[in-house]
Amino acid sequence: MAYIVDVKEPLRLKVDNLNFFYGDKKILHDINMPIPKNKVVALIGPSGCGKTTLLRCFNRMHDLYPGNRYEGNIWLFEEDGKKINILDKKIDVLKLRSKIGMVFQKPTPFPMSIFDNVAFGLRLKGIKNKTELEDRVEKALKDAALWDEVKDELHKSAYSLSGGQQQRLCIARAIAVEPEVLLLDEPTSALDPISTAKIEELIVDLKDKLTILIVTHNMQQAGRVSDYTGFMYMGKLIEFNKTKEMFISPKEKLTEKYITGRFG
Amino acid sequence: MKKILDNFYKYLTLFAAIFVILIVLGIFISLYLNSKLAIDTFGFIKFALSKVWNPSKEIYGGLPAIFGTIVSTILALLIATPIALGIGIFLSEICPQKFKNPFSTAIELLAAIPSIIYGMWALFFLAPFVSKYIAPLFGAHTTGICIFTASLVLAIMIIPYIAAIVRDAIDNVPNVLKESAYGLGANKYEVVRHVILPYTKTVILGAIILALGRALGETMAVTFVMGNVFKIPQSLFEPGTSITVKIANEFNEAYTDLYTSSLFLLGFILFIMSFAFISLAKVFILKRKIKA
Repeated sequence: MAYIVDVKEPLRLKVDNLNFFYGDKKILHDINMPIPKNKVVALIGPSGCGKTTLLRCFNRMHDLYPGNRYEGNIWLFEEDGKKINILDKKIDVLKLRSKIGMVFQKPTPFPMSIFDNVAFGLRLKGIKNKTELEDRVEKALKDAALWDEVKDELHKSAYSLSGGQQQRLCIARAIAVEPEVLLLDEPTSALDPISTAKIEELIVDLKDKLTILIVTHNMQQAGRVSDYTGFMYMGKLIEFNKTKEMFISPKEKLTEKYITGRFG
Repeated sequence: MKKILDNFYKYLTLFAAIFVILIVLGIFISLYLNSKLAIDTFGFIKFALSKVWNPSKEIYGGLPAIFGTIVSTILALLIATPIALGIGIFLSEICPQKFKNPFSTAIELLAAIPSIIYGMWALFFLAPFVSKYIAPLFGAHTTGICIFTASLVLAIMIIPYIAAIVRDAIDNVPNVLKESAYGLGANKYEVVRHVILPYTKTVILGAIILALGRALGETMAVTFVMGNVFKIPQSLFEPGTSITVKIANEFNEAYTDLYTSSLFLLGFILFIMSFAFISLAKVFILKRKIKA
């Protein structure tokens, strides 16, 4: 029914028979998906297919709202060889979320200065030393390709930036705490083409440092930035393969229909 | 024909809008005219700074009343604000969904209680309570008829106003903003403290100033427990007076024109104070809306 390619590379995450319920409704059905280390994995599919719901399982964002239930496992393989089950009720969700960062559809700068935005997660981790904060904020802003544009106005409000800059600020904020995984939920859907191009370039650059999962509506974007792509439909993962192979020769009829634009 | 009807409605509604403004202006003017005698006799500033209120010698000054109004209002805000913030945060962020409505309704009911009921309750319950349990904590003796009791009842009366605005303001914080903070590993306290409160601070400030306007003008509840003693109290546990208490107690017995006019002047001062604070609150809330 579903085609899931056998990934030979070392994995960062592995989704293992995941079912997700919201109230009585089953939203995700038996998802199995390997996510290799230091790669970009795109999730595509028509609206309402469950790709954002799946993304939000990785940092347990659903826990904020009542009525959610997970079944199955999502394994996180850490750098030091440990593996933890993200869906384990007993794990420290706050700690998990500092390992798995997230950036949303719209830029979400906090009502504070540019510097304080990036330092937010660092301060939560208990870093108080001024020079260390400054160094890590600078590094995060450089990694997010925003440093040159804001280095002279770090203490201005984050709201003074343009939409594209705000989104790169949110990426800087997420990567400042050095997560192992970055979740991007349609990060360019509110941006103009030039800002979008900058973010896409940034995504490709960032995979040296972390593993990226990106939900996108835009198939061209998936093609440009991702190494692997998962195609979802009605809460199921229909096909998971190397992006190039999926776009050249989809294994499933549904995938083929979707990427040739016959529905969706 | 249609055009005439259209114009008719236009002017009808315009008149309704202007009508309210005319009333406010009318009150302002009549307050001024009625207090003119006192202003001419004592001078506006001198009246506001004088501590003497002696009807038999026809010397009047407003300072103790103005002082009592300001002190009881500020104290009421100091008591009410943290509690109302707590209620607002609880209702919008912490309270389980199914209890949210009953809780909200209960808080809103507080605002529906007539102020005279608050006054009676304050006299028979709050005043003895303050006398017995709270004043001894500060080493003070009081019958319970004092500035502190008045502030306490004022605080209880304005809590629902602040809490309701705070709750709505927090409910309006975009979910993605909260999720971004949770997504960085923040806990509930950190999200409230570092994201929600800074995001809503202008609205909260507006709510506090709006409540301040209400507390300034409250009469019935404080009349019961303020004491109407015309002096500047040395402690919060001594009786005092306020502008509203002074007017409510003495308007009936004001037997000379200057006496009446002096009470009007107190009212005029209160009007200006309330008007200034409520305008300030509107500016804050309005500014926020333009930004959002």
